[in-house]
Amino acid sequence: MSAQALVTGLGIAAPNGLGTDDFWSATRSGKSGIGRITRFDASSYPAQLAGEVPGFQAEQYLSSQIRSQTDHMTRMALVASDWALADAGITPEQFDAYDMGVVTASSSGGFEFGQGELQKLWSLGRRHVSAYQSFAWFYAVNSGQISIRHGMKGPSGVVVSDQAGGLDALAHARRQIRGGTPVIVSGAVDASICPWGWAAQLAGGRVSTAEAPDRAFLPFDAEACGHVPGEGGAILVVEHADSAKRRGARAWGELAGYAATFDPKPGSGREPALHKAIELALADARSAPGDVDVVFADAAAVPELDRQEADAITAVFGPRGVPVTAPKTMTGRLYSGAGPLDVAAALLSVRDGVIPPTAHVQQAPGYAIDLVTGQPRTGEVRTALVLARGHGGFNSALLVRAA
Amino acid sequence: MPDKVFTLDDLKRILIAGAGADEAVDLDGDILQQRFDALGYESLALLETLSRIENEFDIALDDGVLTEESTPAQLIDAVNAVLEAARLAV
Repeated sequence: MSAQALVTGLGIAAPNGLGTDDFWSATRSGKSGIGRITRFDASSYPAQLAGEVPGFQAEQYLSSQIRSQTDHMTRMALVASDWALADAGITPEQFDAYDMGVVTASSSGGFEFGQGELQKLWSLGRRHVSAYQSFAWFYAVNSGQISIRHGMKGPSGVVVSDQAGGLDALAHARRQIRGGTPVIVSGAVDASICPWGWAAQLAGGRVSTAEAPDRAFLPFDAEACGHVPGEGGAILVVEHADSAKRRGARAWGELAGYAATFDPKPGSGREPALHKAIELALADARSAPGDVDVVFADAAAVPELDRQEADAITAVFGPRGVPVTAPKTMTGRLYSGAGPLDVAAALLSVRDGVIPPTAHVQQAPGYAIDLVTGQPRTGEVRTALVLARGHGGFNSALLVRAA
Repeated sequence: MPDKVFTLDDLKRILIAGAGADEAVDLDGDILQQRFDALGYESLALLETLSRIENEFDIALDDGVLTEESTPAQLIDAVNAVLEAARLAV
């Protein structure tokens, strides 16, 4: 049997809470972090709401040397990696440098930093562009900076597949654990709430232009009108079961099953491949649909995509066959950060026996899913399925199980 | 045109603005003869520093004047030599 990949550490930076405790107490009580954009003046843009991480002061955690070369998303990823390692009880000096790797996901790279340098390029000239632009914008920069900060020289990389990427990164971390690396720091943090990032997201055509924070991101609701973008995510320590056992470490749970599929060409008439991803992830975990206690949905809040997701869930679990939730209604869509944050929430659900609610949503009558709304639902949670879909056809499903 | 001189204070100010400072290093200590890598500045930090000096003092510096092995004293001398040459050329 393959080596078990356990999650032994969590580090969270989310719009409804900075740090695991704040995030979880907000999430289980349905407290949203969506509000008017404060990171730039969005008053002239058609969409003016976002999920911004509250109270993150980089200078509290990172030296001026690190700050001068990093985008906002990298700063949050570095701090979340510190927290995840502390939570896991790991000091990197305990391990050989080649026994620790870093695999994160990204969707946009360091847009805010990049925008500043592009502005210098066109207003002051090329000699004024920071040398750090060479990597600060880059998709792989969070993996690189985490690797440097903690001296991790084992297998490392980055996955880019929009919102599916966060789960794909965790799956690749599991692959590296099975290949014999004891520790992989994984997950993802994205942040591009700046004019350049905003223009790019608006061009995607799926951003909600609703003005009321509690009416803007409503998956599976008759008023679904697109998503609210958010920033943040989660960094997780994924560890080989033997290593965790040797250290006497506590495990949050196991990354027990995973699958990724790609949707057929639009117009082909063939069914979307999310259904298949769920089935394959269950098979990978040697689990049956009846074993799953909760599904964390991708929750696009685009009616056609909500329909596809509800149909896939219903096809596998039966009508109202499993509780479904979307705590991302409290954070906005975090792109690559969404999957790891949902995995963290799923592991917290396992710990506490509580399923956080989907905020603000009144389920539309046409969906045959058991959406948890209004209040959190209590009851034993041993197995959770997390879904994430990326723009362009990516479907990923990851099953976490109590260790 | 007033004579421009590049001082240690200029260097420290530009280093901090462009590349920040390693928390383990005291830039206000005796750093003139220490190598830049020992002060926590890698090659990109030095590239950034070089272009900031060039922009502020309106000079062109050879990439070779600043390496991880060189010291603040060497860089200050090199910049002042270029400033001096520019003065003489006027």
